[in-house]
Amino acid sequence: MSRTPTPDDGPPAPRGLTRRRLFKTAGLAAATSALAGPVRALAQEAADAPTSLGPSPTKVRTTVNGEKRTFEVEPRRTLLDALRGDAGLTGCKRVCDRGTCGACTVWLDGRPVYACTVLTVETEGREVTTIEGLGSAADPHPVQKAFMEHDALQCGYCTPGFVMSCAWAVETHGKALDEERLVAATSGNLCRCGTYPHVKAAALDAARGGK
Amino acid sequence: MPRKVTFTAGVKGGATRELTVEVHDLDVDPWGVDAELRVVGTDAMRPDAPLKATGRAVYTSDVRPNDMAYARLVRSPYASAKVVSIDVSAAERRKGVLAVTVLTPPGRQVTFAGQGVAAICAETEEILDDAVHDVVVEYEAGRPLVTTDDALAANGRPSGKPEVRGDPDAALAAARHRVAATFRTQVQTHSALESHGCVVVPNDDDTFTVFASTQGTESFQQSMARHLNVPTERVRVITEHMGGGFGAKLGGIDQWDQAAATFARDLKRPVRGMLDRREEHLVAGCRPDSVQELELGCDADGRITVLKGTTYGTAGNGNGGAGAANTRVYPLPNLRMEQATVPTHTGRARAFRAPGHPQGLFALEGIVDMLAVERGEDPLEFRLRNDPHPVRQVQWREGAERIRWKETRREQPGSDEGPVKRGVGCASGIWYQRGRGDFVVNVRIGRDGGVTVTNGVQDIGTGTRGVLAMLVAEELGIAPASVTVVIGDTRYPPGPASGGSTTAPSIGPAAREAGAHARQALRERVARAWEVPDEKVSPKDGGFTGPDGRSVTFAQACALLDPSGVTVSGQRRPNYEGFSGETAGCQFAQVAVDTDTGVVRVEKVVAVHDAGRIVNTLTARSQVIGGVIQGISYALFEDRQLDRRLGDMVNPTLDTYRVLGMADCPEIVAVLTTMDSGFNNAGMMGLGEPVTVPTAGAVANAVANAIGVRVNELPITPARVLAALGRSR
Repeated sequence: MSRTPTPDDGPPAPRGLTRRRLFKTAGLAAATSALAGPVRALAQEAADAPTSLGPSPTKVRTTVNGEKRTFEVEPRRTLLDALRGDAGLTGCKRVCDRGTCGACTVWLDGRPVYACTVLTVETEGREVTTIEGLGSAADPHPVQKAFMEHDALQCGYCTPGFVMSCAWAVETHGKALDEERLVAATSGNLCRCGTYPHVKAAALDAARGGK
Repeated sequence: MPRKVTFTAGVKGGATRELTVEVHDLDVDPWGVDAELRVVGTDAMRPDAPLKATGRAVYTSDVRPNDMAYARLVRSPYASAKVVSIDVSAAERRKGVLAVTVLTPPGRQVTFAGQGVAAICAETEEILDDAVHDVVVEYEAGRPLVTTDDALAANGRPSGKPEVRGDPDAALAAARHRVAATFRTQVQTHSALESHGCVVVPNDDDTFTVFASTQGTESFQQSMARHLNVPTERVRVITEHMGGGFGAKLGGIDQWDQAAATFARDLKRPVRGMLDRREEHLVAGCRPDSVQELELGCDADGRITVLKGTTYGTAGNGNGGAGAANTRVYPLPNLRMEQATVPTHTGRARAFRAPGHPQGLFALEGIVDMLAVERGEDPLEFRLRNDPHPVRQVQWREGAERIRWKETRREQPGSDEGPVKRGVGCASGIWYQRGRGDFVVNVRIGRDGGVTVTNGVQDIGTGTRGVLAMLVAEELGIAPASVTVVIGDTRYPPGPASGGSTTAPSIGPAAREAGAHARQALRERVARAWEVPDEKVSPKDGGFTGPDGRSVTFAQACALLDPSGVTVSGQRRPNYEGFSGETAGCQFAQVAVDTDTGVVRVEKVVAVHDAGRIVNTLTARSQVIGGVIQGISYALFEDRQLDRRLGDMVNPTLDTYRVLGMADCPEIVAVLTTMDSGFNNAGMMGLGEPVTVPTAGAVANAVANAIGVRVNELPITPARVLAALGRSR
């Protein structure tokens, strides 16, 4: 289920907008130094692209929690702000807003990402899963259930991000999830109340099939 | 008429005290330490866990009323400057900007970097991102006093009113052993994950609904009403869930809340004013730094006779608040401690989890360790001789056993072979919260058996909901999961502000009393239905039994109620004399120090604490663990760094202001001493703050035991470890 995003991801965007042009639209070319290799190459191509869109709102079609959804957002709007502000999915939180704390963790095509460092326009044709799509109080994901039982939360503000990171680790490693893998999977999440030990216990418990 | 009741307070299986108290007519008898309880004192899931674990808990930052606009302050980049001119016309012209207000007119001084100079309200956050750059401010910049040392150099050493007893100079001269050292601690920012702020919704009837991230719904309501110049009851404050505060969200409204409220009232639409991460670091509070110059002496028997010293630090652009609690725990027959606060051009400090204590105990326990080493004595033995607290006497021994003190302590500090050296250290903790106030908690039982507890109090992540549910469930004989707790709303009776570890012991006893009244109300209905006197009806497992083998379950008893059910109240009564006015605690840390790199790794912490009777042992352990983690983070990582010339914070982000993460987290053993404080019907005291008090001291002492040289400055960074090792060679 996990894979690295490629330039071929997703169907063509509306109005003939390609991913190449999306990056032009997003004005990303100037900020490529921090981006991963494939994306940097993409942005390099974007420099040659003929059409430019924005800064006015652009339509982006994305699947969120299994439902097709069209965002109409400025190219600079992050996935986090679109999910919280436009889709009303406020489980993911804005805390550091610069890819450090993990409170905004969602899955993009099945992999955990910081929604604050993904632009909404990058999600064209892709699948986003938020904590709301993972489970509900009535029908929780095993990791969510373990979080409740182990009290792996206090103020709860970092919790959705931790749940998304832990659930990915549990689903990816299954019973093979050990402490080292779990620590690696959650090292991109910060908690200020100090829930780490209970988070660890909850995730390992969920991987073993629960209490 | 009050009745006299005698009960036993103190530690289960340890030191106790018989107390005879006058119990209010309407209150229940104190439980006492030997009470056998069914619900209280067990592990229970907090009622809001399902909401929080599924992302459905709604925080202030999640509230999005229709037509909401956004407010933000334009902030000064200068720490010390005079505003010469301020031009907001370009911002006003920008499409989507709804209003702009000048906060510091020309001529006004700016006293810290980040101070608000103008406020803007706009349709979207993106428009605000642009509009803040439209405001043109001309400053006449002065030279700021950035650090405590700068302030001392400029203004000299301030003199505070010293705390004095005995003859400290004579005692020092007479001491058999004495040591002197200077301890330094850094400025720590609260860094709660949800930022400060609120969403203000003006209603058509001239009332306001305010969603606020606050530690005190009632104090927020009162100050918001004053700002809007309306009667208090016209402002309703809701704090359903709250993303951390640690002291920084105590008290009333702030400048940004005022701006949002003013815009909301004038524009007649909802306005949100919440800080971003940088603002949170700059303007929303911090723990003051400290320089503690101490001298400690003891007699030939190893009894501490004297402490003398000076403590100063900065609490930012205000006076007071930078003291360190370094004169507590051990009896000091001779003492002189001068405490002073030096103002600097930095954001003002706010209460931060046990103000003054982590820094004070870091220094005090550091110098106590040094004196023990000077005597050639085991520091734990030295403490056991000098610490008179009956509860801590039990806790020191329990903690030592759990960390395997005898086996893990390096008798010869720094003696491990190889570059990675291990050691252990310990430190004491102290706090004082007995609970207070005359708060009222309501309990309603419906004919369908539903039980609802209401109060205005907020749950800041400590588990207040669970504590209230469990106390009521205990009295009613039902499961805590079947009690609904509705709090965090000023429509309900006022609750305490969550500061000083006051919430649970202030409101818990009222909940217990309300639960008892609810059960009595049910009992009366059952007696009426059976046509027997009340006293012939006995509670059993939530239901009741009566004459001739009659019995009803809880649900059947509820079905006898009127259609509107029954609502009763319980009140917080004045405190009794109690067992001890201090909560006790101690922590033991085991560390591994890489002497090649200077990296300190905390491997294990044992934390032994009491807070009177613990209602929910599961969430209490969470709180202890959390206090330890914040303490380690303070000891090793956190440090507000300022530009020495400009006074601006250079690390106002969560990647540059480092806090402890999962990979740094050690094994933490939380031990709760079983006891009854005797102060109230439930024997409760406060837990939130004491659990972070000993940690930094224990970690620093463990580092000294591992490497044989002390680092008396926080945070204990690799550079400081290497420098200390270098000095010792």
